[in-house]
Amino acid sequence: MTTADPARSAADTLPPSLAANPRLSTWLDLSDTGHVLVRVGKVELGQGIWTALTQAAAEELGVDDSRVVVQPVSTAAGPAEGLTAGSLSVARSVAALRQVCAEVRALLIEVAAARLDADPAALVVRDGVVGTAAGDSAVSYWDLDADVLDRDARGPSWVRPAPAPADPPNPPRVDLPDKVLGRPRFLHDLHLPGQVWGRVVRPPVRAAHLSTVDTSLVGAHVIATVRQGDFLGVVAEREEVAIRAAAALADTAQWELPPNPAGTGDPAQPRRSAPADRIDVVNICDATAAVGVVTTVRATYTRPFLAHAAIGPSCAIARWAGSQLTVWSHSQGVYPLRAALAVVFGVPEQDVVVHHVEAAGSYGHNGADDAAFDAALLARAVPGRPVQVVWSRADELGSGPLGPAMAVDVEAGLDARGHVATWSVDVWSQGHVARPGYGGSHGLLGAAHRDRQVLPPSVDPPLAAGGGSVRNADPGYDFPARRVTGHRVVDTRVRTSSLRALGAFTNVFAIESLMDELSRRIGADPLEYRLAHLSDPRARAVLERAAELAGWRREQGGRDQAAADAGRGIAWARYKGTSGYCAVVADVEAVHEIRVTRLVIAADVGRIVSLDGVVNQLEGGAIQAASWTLLEQARLDGHRVTSTDWETYPILRFRAVPDVHVEVINRPDEPSVGAGEIAHGPTAAAIANAVRDALGVDVRDLPLTPERIVAALET
Amino acid sequence: MAPEGSSGTALTVNGTPVHTSVDPETPLLYLLRNDLGLKGTRFGCGQGLCGACVVLVDGHPTPSCDLPLWAAAGRDVVTVEGLASEGCPNRVQRAVLDEQAGQCGYCLSGIVVAATALLRDTPEPTADDVRTALERHLCRCGTHHRIVRAVLAAATGPGQRHDDG
Ligand code: FES
Ligand code: FES
Repeated sequence: MTTADPARSAADTLPPSLAANPRLSTWLDLSDTGHVLVRVGKVELGQGIWTALTQAAAEELGVDDSRVVVQPVSTAAGPAEGLTAGSLSVARSVAALRQVCAEVRALLIEVAAARLDADPAALVVRDGVVGTAAGDSAVSYWDLDADVLDRDARGPSWVRPAPAPADPPNPPRVDLPDKVLGRPRFLHDLHLPGQVWGRVVRPPVRAAHLSTVDTSLVGAHVIATVRQGDFLGVVAEREEVAIRAAAALADTAQWELPPNPAGTGDPAQPRRSAPADRIDVVNICDATAAVGVVTTVRATYTRPFLAHAAIGPSCAIARWAGSQLTVWSHSQGVYPLRAALAVVFGVPEQDVVVHHVEAAGSYGHNGADDAAFDAALLARAVPGRPVQVVWSRADELGSGPLGPAMAVDVEAGLDARGHVATWSVDVWSQGHVARPGYGGSHGLLGAAHRDRQVLPPSVDPPLAAGGGSVRNADPGYDFPARRVTGHRVVDTRVRTSSLRALGAFTNVFAIESLMDELSRRIGADPLEYRLAHLSDPRARAVLERAAELAGWRREQGGRDQAAADAGRGIAWARYKGTSGYCAVVADVEAVHEIRVTRLVIAADVGRIVSLDGVVNQLEGGAIQAASWTLLEQARLDGHRVTSTDWETYPILRFRAVPDVHVEVINRPDEPSVGAGEIAHGPTAAAIANAVRDALGVDVRDLPLTPERIVAALET
Repeated sequence: MAPEGSSGTALTVNGTPVHTSVDPETPLLYLLRNDLGLKGTRFGCGQGLCGACVVLVDGHPTPSCDLPLWAAAGRDVVTVEGLASEGCPNRVQRAVLDEQAGQCGYCLSGIVVAATALLRDTPEPTADDVRTALERHLCRCGTHHRIVRAVLAAATGPGQRHDDG
């Protein structure tokens, strides 16, 4: 006997979300109907996360996929897994759930063995039925005493998840049939008994204050007009009445505008003159390398503010019963939202329940949390009745947080052969996170309006979590000496928060653009030039595979033919430096505008949980990134966002969407990581590199609009 | 159906006569979603610019978010729920499932409705025809290719003669 507590030491090896929520019964229930109910703290963002979880649970438990039912996330039940954001979603939840299910299976086999009076090692599981190999005696999971699940996980030293199957599974999406058949499924479709509709009138610019408003003109059928501080809204029995009433209020509202911030620099750029927090990412000196530098090349790459631009605007339903608040939300973090709502309404956290309900695709911190506050504040005016708030398109594009504009200065010191000896990066950006609870703020737009405040500046996630502004600013190449520094600009003119891939999009665009420029300086093939600086075998593998699939001709800079206006570019990155690998080859035609004709992608996300899910994420990520790269920029006039409809904020449409070919390299022995954000940076850089190939110009500012291209050609 | 001259609006939705006294300025979308409970038609912009709310009006794909009820009076409206017959998905819906042509799926109702009308009018469309027919539909998740593949598969796949939306 040892004196160490075996439970404690095993728990140390548990996947992080399981260590935080070790009770097996928190994660899983056996229902009377022969189903397995799985509760995870992760929400479906439209990316097929539930399908991946269903698949992992079915595999480990030894039951058919159709028996696994993932339960909606709610603060009322299930493990508190924090946010569903970034590639950690899949990785963390899948790892935890695999361990849970492996242990549950082992426990149930033990119980079955006792019941059948058999040796547990001799029993097999077939679709939840535990029996002898010969099949002469058997008992199903659902006939066993489920109380055995009421214990803590013991960890992989007791039982390990099953080895990966030889062929990656390819389960169909569990949520798609409802969506294709038009069945109610989204939060927008939820219609609770007694439900009424609320709409909010936003201040025209940040920090504007409401001076007067005439509430007598809202018209009939309006149940309540709510004015608190600078928060203004209505509740009506009918949705279209609420919309009209809000428009009527907006017409009569007089706002005191803040001083015009004109003169404080180009609002579309991060403000370098503003105070900034310095983030030291890496600083490796190498005297020999520095001495060998014969030329130094510098360039700056930028992207503008970007909108989330989900097709369904932010939405929430809230209901008060006394001091108890129930909220239905598509927030990516129901627990932080609950905490924030408790703070801003001055009620204890246990009086607030937040249920997650799916909405349109979410690509980061959008208006979901804000809409929850809006609904909750309006619902105070109609106690006992649920109030549904749906944001207008203008608010979705103009009041929700934007992805920050960024500027990245890169400097390469080249040796006599033109290879990189020293490398430095300076990243300028506002912070990438302003979610509820970050930076000590509730982060809720409507609460700031109610309290006549401006939300504090955004912060960045810690480096250990991949950073924000500086995500992927440290290149994955074997450069002997490198320095990477972030400058998180403290500025509140524009509200910013997390948008898919955070800083990685711009940083990869910058690094991979400069690598391309450097290869062309010495007439080297861009692929060969990259490989010459790259020893990571998984990185080399995705680059070489993407090149091969695209028909990359190393002897002619990649191109397979020499059409005058066509170009081909390549780029890669390992997301966050620790996660999935992705290489992209882009083909473009540059006539009057840039047309991306094809993207070829090779990716490595470790062990594949759901092949089609990964392919779908990569295709979608690449198309979204192509849209950002070619078209997108939030327009600003001082504090005001003026790109508030689909005409002023266009996104890529069917006719302009490139062909996308994806191949995923399966690595059964490597941990599964997410694919949703890994294609963004490489896609942008590959497109810009293809434009350089076609036109011979360096276009370093996104988006690659015709005006930008013309300007570049003229200089 | 209301008698001639009475107040209110009469129209047909998914084959069923509907008479409503809702304010005739109300966009059709809200009648469908909130009065008739047909939540499959979705709000995206309210300005006729995204396609999320498209339904068939007398057979034509039409945004319902900015179509006032008075303009829908006497018309034949088909929503995404009306495409399936006896609970069986139509060929476009089946093909979208077969191709796993969706991520969040918020855009899909309008797209499925428009694609069904396309195949009725153009039984053998090219990929270009499909893209053109769907040009005013936005998808933020980037599932365009899968959708085009699905519509082409629906045109050539089994059962193409049977259900023409
Ligand atoms: S909601 Fe009707 S077109 Fe956008
Ligand atoms: S699948 Fe999400 S908008 Fe199209």
